[in-house]
Amino acid sequence: MWMIEIPPFVPFFIGGLIALLTSGVLRNFIMVSIPIISALHLWMVPDGIHLQFAFLEYQLQPYRVDKLSLMFGYVFHIAALIAIIYSLHVRDTMQQVAAMLYAGSGLGAVFAGDLLTLFVFWECLAFTSVFLIWARRTQRAQVAGMRYLIIQVLSGVILLAGALFYAAENGTLEFGYIGLDGIAGWLIFIAFGIKCAFPMAHNWLTDAYPEATVTGTVFLSAFTTKVAVYALARAYPGTELLVYIGAAMTCFPIFFAVIENDLRRVLAYSLINQVGFMVVGIGIGTALAINGAVSHAFNDVIFKGLLFMSMGAVLHMTGRINGSDLGGLYKTMPKTTVLCIVGAASISAFPLFSGFVSKSMVMSAAIEEGYDWIWLMLLFASAGVFHHAGIKIPYFAFFAHDSGLKANDPPNNMLVAMGIAAGLCIAIGIYPETLYSLLPYDTGYNPYDATHVLAQTQLLFFSALAFVWLNLRGKYPPELRSTNLDFDWVYRRIFPTVLQASFTSVWKLDKAIRQALLSKLNQGLTFFSNKNNRYSSLLSRNYPAGSMVLWVLVVLATYLFLSFIS
Amino acid sequence: MEDKKQSVDSKKHIFDNPKNVKRLLYFLYTSCAVLLIFDFVIHRHVMHSWENLWGFYPLYGFVGCVVLVIVATWMRTFLMRAEDYYDSEGQDLGNINNKNEKSEQGEKQSGDDHVDD
Repeated sequence: MWMIEIPPFVPFFIGGLIALLTSGVLRNFIMVSIPIISALHLWMVPDGIHLQFAFLEYQLQPYRVDKLSLMFGYVFHIAALIAIIYSLHVRDTMQQVAAMLYAGSGLGAVFAGDLLTLFVFWECLAFTSVFLIWARRTQRAQVAGMRYLIIQVLSGVILLAGALFYAAENGTLEFGYIGLDGIAGWLIFIAFGIKCAFPMAHNWLTDAYPEATVTGTVFLSAFTTKVAVYALARAYPGTELLVYIGAAMTCFPIFFAVIENDLRRVLAYSLINQVGFMVVGIGIGTALAINGAVSHAFNDVIFKGLLFMSMGAVLHMTGRINGSDLGGLYKTMPKTTVLCIVGAASISAFPLFSGFVSKSMVMSAAIEEGYDWIWLMLLFASAGVFHHAGIKIPYFAFFAHDSGLKANDPPNNMLVAMGIAAGLCIAIGIYPETLYSLLPYDTGYNPYDATHVLAQTQLLFFSALAFVWLNLRGKYPPELRSTNLDFDWVYRRIFPTVLQASFTSVWKLDKAIRQALLSKLNQGLTFFSNKNNRYSSLLSRNYPAGSMVLWVLVVLATYLFLSFIS
Repeated sequence: MEDKKQSVDSKKHIFDNPKNVKRLLYFLYTSCAVLLIFDFVIHRHVMHSWENLWGFYPLYGFVGCVVLVIVATWMRTFLMRAEDYYDSEGQDLGNINNKNEKSEQGEKQSGDDHVDD
């Protein structure tokens, strides 16, 4: 039990510093060993508050461990290790440092025991992750990163305001159940919601993630949204509003995903869809539902990471990511193809893959609690996610028409990282008991009963049948080079246009007023000069100069007179 | 999915042969049929009345996906724009700045004119 009080973000921040100062094999070795050592350390840490101190009149707890935070702590270590291995070939200090700090910030946030510490790491997440987007070094990445940063920082500022209201209302900053009463509850809810990609606040994700670097997106997909899910699970379990928000999140992105061309953007939409399942689980709030939400977050980090890695491998090797440019890659990238299909099967929740053992908990909880329509929406979303992430991604990248691209499988480190993730997906799917034993509640849930397995398999196979049928009849929308408008259109097009128009009108008005004033001034000056022209006198041709000379004369005469008499 | 995986592993360029594609499709059709028959064989403990309907899950999956694709295709009619629709953004910022500078200069010039007047 040595050094219990060292919070897990510390090794990662030190790792970031070392990554800044070292290079080559040494850096790779240190970066890989940090998550392993830190995870072993975390494994030995018992539940409880391990670090706290008084700040002003508040108790701060930068390091608090319980079952909920541990679950996210473990998966963040796994995600960090996989993503670090995936990015070992990268020779870009900025990315490596940013990635380490970003992973550390995520860990700091889930072990934060008070709102102020949470806020600090909340903002650290934003500021470190944006470099993973900017590291792409394109114009698009630069502006997308800036939009991302603005929205993330906005979320942080709202969180800080909420925390201040919370402290004023309750006299404590402790981060526990908050609930939706009072202004503090709502402000913090909105802050979490923005980071959680609630509908209409979701576009930072679909906008920025596909613009990040190949390796950066793998990091990004793991931490930010899952920290928000953790925060919601901690502060708002059983909030009914979340059920409806989550259900909307599961359904609307799949429509966009079907028509999206950029395959990493398709995955970004399906990320929102998966987070939706977690949000529904948190909203239902029963032990089974919370377990489902948390375990689905755990699995999602791994299988979504795997899918982003496989698409990253395609982008890395071919330089293309649009469905319209790809196809037939199974011939030259067979290993990536297989690994991608494992990820696709996991996200689609095929029995024996990881998605199945966690998603079914949320679905069961929904139907147990009588949310019939929500359950139907989740079922539709399950079919939809198979459709766009399970079939569309592998189909358009690796099969479909032969694009003629000749690319090999990616470097070994990428394959190893994908292999670890794929292994975990299958292992958790076949033997979910280990995962279940880590969960916050003991519900004795068994996903593998005949009813569940049959229902899910039927749903998925007939979804596949629908895809085949539509494809054979030529009804499936072809991949087209296009941009699809989403809610970001409001702040990328309408706001600028409206602002530009209003500024133009303000400028016009300002110009008109100034011109009017100037002409009035001119008129006045002309009037006075004309008037003065009429006073032609002895000393000067115009009045003011004449009178001035007269008065100077008077002063001098007085002075002369006074000097004589004194 | 399993089938695809194995076939890729065992042989290369397997789907160049249209027969193999057909085989895969027939495998899918048969699996679907078998799964539908299972509905009669396996006794399921349902939690909801809709689940009692025969073929509820297969029908829901199929119809759901068809509706999904049809609606998504229809959404293209009003959501789809050119690929470079937003591409002018970064330049736009530059342009706006330039415009501001220009307009400010313009105002200065017009102001100068007025002083001269």
